[in-house]
Amino acid sequence: MTIRFTEDHEWISLDGDVATVGITTFAQSQLGDVVFVEVPEAGRALVKGKEAAVVESVKAASEVFAPVDGTAIEGNQAVVDDPSLVNSDPQGAGWFFKMTLANPAELDGLMDQAAYDAFVEGQH
Amino acid sequence: MNTQGRKTTPDAETAAGTDVGTYTGNRGLVHEEPLIFELDNPGVTGVDLEAAPAVTSRLGGLKARAGIGLPGLSEPTVVRHYTRLSQKNFGIDSTMYPLGSCTMKHNPRLNEKLARLAGFSDIHPMQPQSTVQGALELIDQLAHWLKTLTGMPAVAMSPAAGAHGELCGLMAIRAALQARGETGRTRVLVPESAHGTNPATAAFCGFTVDAIPAEANGRVSVEAVKAKLGPDVACIMLTNPNTCGLFEPQVKEIADAVHAAGGYFYCDGANYNAIVGRVRPADLGVDAMHINLHKTFSTPHGGGGPGSGPVVLSDALAPYAPLPYVVHGADGLRLVEHAADAEGRPFGRMKAFHGQMGMFVRALAYILSHGADGLRQASSDAVLNANYVKARLQDVMSVPFDGYCMHEALFDDRFLKDTGVTTLDFAKAMIDEGFHPMTMYFPLVVHGAFLIEPTETEPKATLDQFIGAMRHLAGKAKAGDAAHFLAAPRYTPRRRLDETGAARKPVLRWTPPAA
Repeated sequence: MTIRFTEDHEWISLDGDVATVGITTFAQSQLGDVVFVEVPEAGRALVKGKEAAVVESVKAASEVFAPVDGTAIEGNQAVVDDPSLVNSDPQGAGWFFKMTLANPAELDGLMDQAAYDAFVEGQH
Repeated sequence: MNTQGRKTTPDAETAAGTDVGTYTGNRGLVHEEPLIFELDNPGVTGVDLEAAPAVTSRLGGLKARAGIGLPGLSEPTVVRHYTRLSQKNFGIDSTMYPLGSCTMKHNPRLNEKLARLAGFSDIHPMQPQSTVQGALELIDQLAHWLKTLTGMPAVAMSPAAGAHGELCGLMAIRAALQARGETGRTRVLVPESAHGTNPATAAFCGFTVDAIPAEANGRVSVEAVKAKLGPDVACIMLTNPNTCGLFEPQVKEIADAVHAAGGYFYCDGANYNAIVGRVRPADLGVDAMHINLHKTFSTPHGGGGPGSGPVVLSDALAPYAPLPYVVHGADGLRLVEHAADAEGRPFGRMKAFHGQMGMFVRALAYILSHGADGLRQASSDAVLNANYVKARLQDVMSVPFDGYCMHEALFDDRFLKDTGVTTLDFAKAMIDEGFHPMTMYFPLVVHGAFLIEPTETEPKATLDQFIGAMRHLAGKAKAGDAAHFLAAPRYTPRRRLDETGAARKPVLRWTPPAA
């Protein structure tokens, strides 16, 4: 299983043909308590860098961008029903959506764990 | 001790502020106020009405399923309830209200007196226009002032507030594009620092939003705009001064570039108070800009009254201005109310009638009582006050952008790093000090933002007290007293509210307790 990160603080984890996408532990800590989540419907075409989902906290509303091109196959109803999952388990049960990839090689252009950790360190 | 032997100084327990609790739950003369529905005393009423006579229903068998649930209350109970609620209210009449981007300035009482003149307050929008010539003249005069101050040739008076004005501006732009046959222009450029209403308006109008990143100096650069321009761009929505409280020095170049690419320039006029009498938006290349009468021209807002958001328009957009509008006719002033009667091609209506008449009266009263020189002085003083706050706080707080600001001073939360205190905690402690907190966590381009807009109507003594409180709190945070902040507010009727719970599980409707 490969996990990659974007500069907008999304993570994407590939397992076979299906990738799972969410926001990172750092992202949820910056947002504060998440109060609302909107996820894409199955079948929606996702474009790298364009809005795929919405996350709203007590501080701000922001977009979650598609890390790569592909098609949404499932939104996580559990985070819609209980947005606190994004805070308590951002890189586990708090995932946003699953997608298939148009071009798996696009993942190579994203950061791995070490690069992302360094990137977050550089934010402060 | 006074001459009668009564103590004139508080005893030790009171002086220490010990909260001993009360039998009633009231705190001094501040009452614990239930909802009016909880005061229900069935059968009690303020007026004695005869029992309704028997009637024959003509509703075809339709019947009310239940009572309408109005509480039974006597007049004194109602009067006390609302009086006590009003005493809990906090507003610009209470003290400084430094909410950034909101321009919470004093509402002069002269405006209120004039708005209550019967000729303005006791008229109806459907009465014959020949009987309301004075009201129409007032709308016309206010329009004249707004056009003169902005240098723009036309103004749509009817929009009800800022975001409604944005919608009006974008609908005019959409109408102009349709008239040009350029329906492929679907993209709207919005800087990252924009008010949230800008992208919301563009999306509501059917456009897609494309964000322009901010430069390191908090401004938008003409290069960044040019990189986003193309044949599918409808317009840019730019705020000037921007939400960081900074003037956009490249605004004219940006306007020229957008125009050269066939797009329009919508200016968010929320921060117009900083430049009234100093800068004419027309000279910056603006095609449409809303003016928040309730900010810049001192009409009450934030629960005190409806907003009002007239939109000034360039020659290119003026023909599409919404109905109705005032024109000078052979028999005096009249409202053009139908497209067939209009010279241009109005895109429709924003409101049922002509707009917020009471706010028009207040705004014109403000403008006429200040005069051109007074308005210019007001914007200058607003900028001076903000810079005074910035200059006196920048050594203890942290500023994201150096140099002078316009009408609002922006700080970030770097000065709170490793203190365990967040911007939110700091704001709660400000409430204990008797200040309404500034705008927090906005603009988003700055981490943990504090956006402070004092406005020109704050006297130096109030600013000094505010600055003193902020310096005191910043010192406390840095000295490691996080507990002071985490427990705040202490002196409010309610302590820290559960904002997360309120957002995740909002209770929006009172329901009677189960019997």
